[in-house]
Amino acid sequence: MRQLDLRRFPGFFAVTMLCVVVLYAPLMVVAVYSFNASSSITLWGGFSLDWYADVFTGPEAPKFRVAAMNSLIIAVLAGCGATIIATAAAVAMHRAGRFRGKTASFALINLPLMVPEVVTAVASLIFFTAIGFSGGVGTILLAHLTFCIPFAYLPIAARMQSIPDAYEQAAMDLYATPWEAFRLVLLPLMMPGIFSGFLLAFIISLDDFLITNFVKGAGVETLPTAIFGAVKQGIKPNIMAISTLMLGVSVVFVTLSWLIGRSGQRDKA
Amino acid sequence: MNVPLLGYEPINGWYHPGKEKQFRGWFGIVTGTVISIDRVVKSFGTFTALHEVSLDIADNEFFTLLGPSGCGKTTLLRCIAGFEPVSGGQIRLHGEDIAPLPPFKRPVNTVFQHYALFPHMTVLENVMFGLQRLGWSVVDAEGRAKQALELVHLSQFLKRRPGQLSGGQQQRVALARALAPEPKVLLLDEPLSALDLKLRQAVRMELKQIQRETGIAFVFVTHDQEEALTMSDRIAVMSDGHVQQIGTPREIYEAPANRFVADFIGETNLIEVPVLGIEGGMAEVSLPGGRALRCPTPLTGPVGQGVLSLRPERIDLCAPGEADLVVTATDQVYLGTDIQLKATLAGGQELTIRLQNALATRLPEAGTQVGLKLEAGAARLLAA
Amino acid sequence: MAAMAPGGASSSEIYKGNAPRLLLPTWVVIGVFLLVPVALMAIYSFLTKEFRGGVIWEFTLAAYDQFFLDRGLFGDEPPSIEWTYITIFWRSIWQAGLATVLCLLIGFPTAWFIATRDARMRTVWLLVVTVPYWVNLLIRTVSMKFLIRDEGPLNAFLLWTGVIDQPLGLINTNLAVQLGLFYSYLPFMVLPIYAAVERYDFALSEAAADLYADRWTILRLVILPVVKPGLVAGCILVFVPSLGAFLAPDLLGGAKSFMIGSLIEEQFKGAAGNWPFGAAAAMILMTIVMIVLLVYARSQTREAAA
Repeated sequence: MRQLDLRRFPGFFAVTMLCVVVLYAPLMVVAVYSFNASSSITLWGGFSLDWYADVFTGPEAPKFRVAAMNSLIIAVLAGCGATIIATAAAVAMHRAGRFRGKTASFALINLPLMVPEVVTAVASLIFFTAIGFSGGVGTILLAHLTFCIPFAYLPIAARMQSIPDAYEQAAMDLYATPWEAFRLVLLPLMMPGIFSGFLLAFIISLDDFLITNFVKGAGVETLPTAIFGAVKQGIKPNIMAISTLMLGVSVVFVTLSWLIGRSGQRDKA
Repeated sequence: MNVPLLGYEPINGWYHPGKEKQFRGWFGIVTGTVISIDRVVKSFGTFTALHEVSLDIADNEFFTLLGPSGCGKTTLLRCIAGFEPVSGGQIRLHGEDIAPLPPFKRPVNTVFQHYALFPHMTVLENVMFGLQRLGWSVVDAEGRAKQALELVHLSQFLKRRPGQLSGGQQQRVALARALAPEPKVLLLDEPLSALDLKLRQAVRMELKQIQRETGIAFVFVTHDQEEALTMSDRIAVMSDGHVQQIGTPREIYEAPANRFVADFIGETNLIEVPVLGIEGGMAEVSLPGGRALRCPTPLTGPVGQGVLSLRPERIDLCAPGEADLVVTATDQVYLGTDIQLKATLAGGQELTIRLQNALATRLPEAGTQVGLKLEAGAARLLAA
Repeated sequence: MAAMAPGGASSSEIYKGNAPRLLLPTWVVIGVFLLVPVALMAIYSFLTKEFRGGVIWEFTLAAYDQFFLDRGLFGDEPPSIEWTYITIFWRSIWQAGLATVLCLLIGFPTAWFIATRDARMRTVWLLVVTVPYWVNLLIRTVSMKFLIRDEGPLNAFLLWTGVIDQPLGLINTNLAVQLGLFYSYLPFMVLPIYAAVERYDFALSEAAADLYADRWTILRLVILPVVKPGLVAGCILVFVPSLGAFLAPDLLGGAKSFMIGSLIEEQFKGAAGNWPFGAAAAMILMTIVMIVLLVYARSQTREAAA
């Protein structure tokens, strides 16, 4: 096998390693510097947790705490809403046969992915201004709900596609009404997809800066807009501490969604 | 003789005790019609999958729908189960038209091709599912489910998930799940196709036995003629959305109604012959080479030309002088129990002859002339 | 696995007739909060600007005129082509294109390497490559800025090792923006290519090798054409968001690497405050993206038909 492994190309491993270094170096550097005792962002002054303390108790702590709460509330609500809407849409797209407007519906679900983010941001700002709605968190929530739908839809629809409809037919053959077949058979089988859909929508909502920045009411901040505002005045160590915390949250979420995805695969076996 | 086979009577739902009083019959003895398919049409857009199919399935019967893929057998099964709405005709269950009913209101259960066991439920929960939908209490449903699993010898796996079972075990769970609510008819959609050959042969006999024990009518869909012949009380041979013939395994093999059935069931040689006369189910035809032959036929009217079906295992070798047909041997194929001899008629048409290996010591060399003797039951005249 | 085989699953029509009810929330939400706003934005691009931001409801082509034509400082000279904004758009396309090429050059070998690992290592590698994508984009961009700025750790490290004797001066350059875009969207390139390579039948490589092709010839003549749909999908997924990106050019680029995203943002949030012009620029951006997606969709259907 050694002499000609057609799967192997010289240099590809090196490129992969380069890729990993490029992806992780900035995050690692920031994580390391967040433990810097010195208030300089250039010089290393020894290990300390001062900046984490500063995040929670420092002068800017209340601002970031409110922003974080806003982000969390919006992400949970938009994630839940988008997941429910996307689940219903996935059932329609994969379990209702052919119907008029199916292609249009598919295009509509994916529209938020196709329209450039900055365009969505502009359009939302114009829309909310035109109807005179400047509800602060409310506008952000509605905008997030909208662009989260396709992200929730992707894993849910993928999961549903992999479930043969023989299961629901078997349920109905065994005297389950369509609603019972959905509740007792399809829904439990879809659960891993629904979890992934929610997590993806949640992360995407938490991640958004541009659209939020456009539609947010005066004085309302989410974590990304608050960080952006702070960064504009220069990168300070407390920003690095917040970044590292958010990095940690992201890693927890990825691991969680990975574990759920794996349990979903075990179900299938 | 109406034995409550699993020991329980369903509590409510579709079960009407009054209607069950009729005599169900002993093994294989057909008494009444349970399902009556009456001129059922099914079309998908411009494609017609079933052309006015009519057939009656009796109580206590193992009935098989046999045909090549795409013949409409699975579509018919799905129409009975309620997964496909019919485009025309009636499906009567004990005289009542069930065609307008959704699947969950039909006292009919299905064993699916790939079983469709709910992967998120245990074996016991799977089998209890239908009973609970019918309103059984958990205790009653559990009792019945355990009995059903006993029937298929799977009592030790109650708490397992379907994914932890072998293919054969999954197949039994699917059977128990479909039998537990004591359906009037059990539909089986190629349930053996996912099993390997050895297991398939063992399960055949067991399935047949369970059918006899429970007395429930089985409607079994398969494309495997051996499966159909060994298990069925009656077989409906289907092709292109038409029922070609309905009969016992012996009838459809020995007395095929037409060219398709003769060709599809077992091996046969089909040769065109001029017909000399037909009378009382017997035909007189002129064989290639000039000899006349009397053979059975389903045809009645006068026909000029017909197709003669010759079963290869009922042809023997003989001296050319006393032969019905004279052929030139071309090739032999060794099959273990049998030896297949290939030969051509003077007109160039190929014939296949099967000889038992033990008797086949005097095989002709390729190129030599051989006489063929048609034994009783070898030939049958069919429409061209 | 036997229980899972879908067996054709001819018609999934279990909930036939319920589609309108099930899709109603989707239509309402995306319709009201995206479709209507985009239509409104199209209308706004033809309205007259109000100096404090916002619009006056008077129809005019002024926004598009301003975008494409130069009429001098006082608007009284004969119109000539206005290059300012076209240049910004062209630069954006160029930057997004270079970022896409960068992603492709790094992404393909990476995706290939991952897809040729055994099943267990594959999931681990995929996780390694996708984790950064799950980290907030703003934080990633800020981290990149922190790393590559003149006083940052990268320059400090290189100066210390003696590879360079003065800072690279990466920050506020086009290269920094490309690096930022590459960093933002690399997983979008790796994942579709990975999916394509995973489906690739290695018997094709063996057949080519049997017919005297060497490794790189196989790559050029067999592998790349076969996985092309994955490559194209990856390029689209990187190019489209790069084109309208805001954070990477804003944080990493300087005045000379001003891109569409920043131009539009400035009309609404910044000093310029010209809503119709911002709407017009957004319309032009959306048109370009839609053309790219349409061409892609057309090529997909053509390939599916072939």
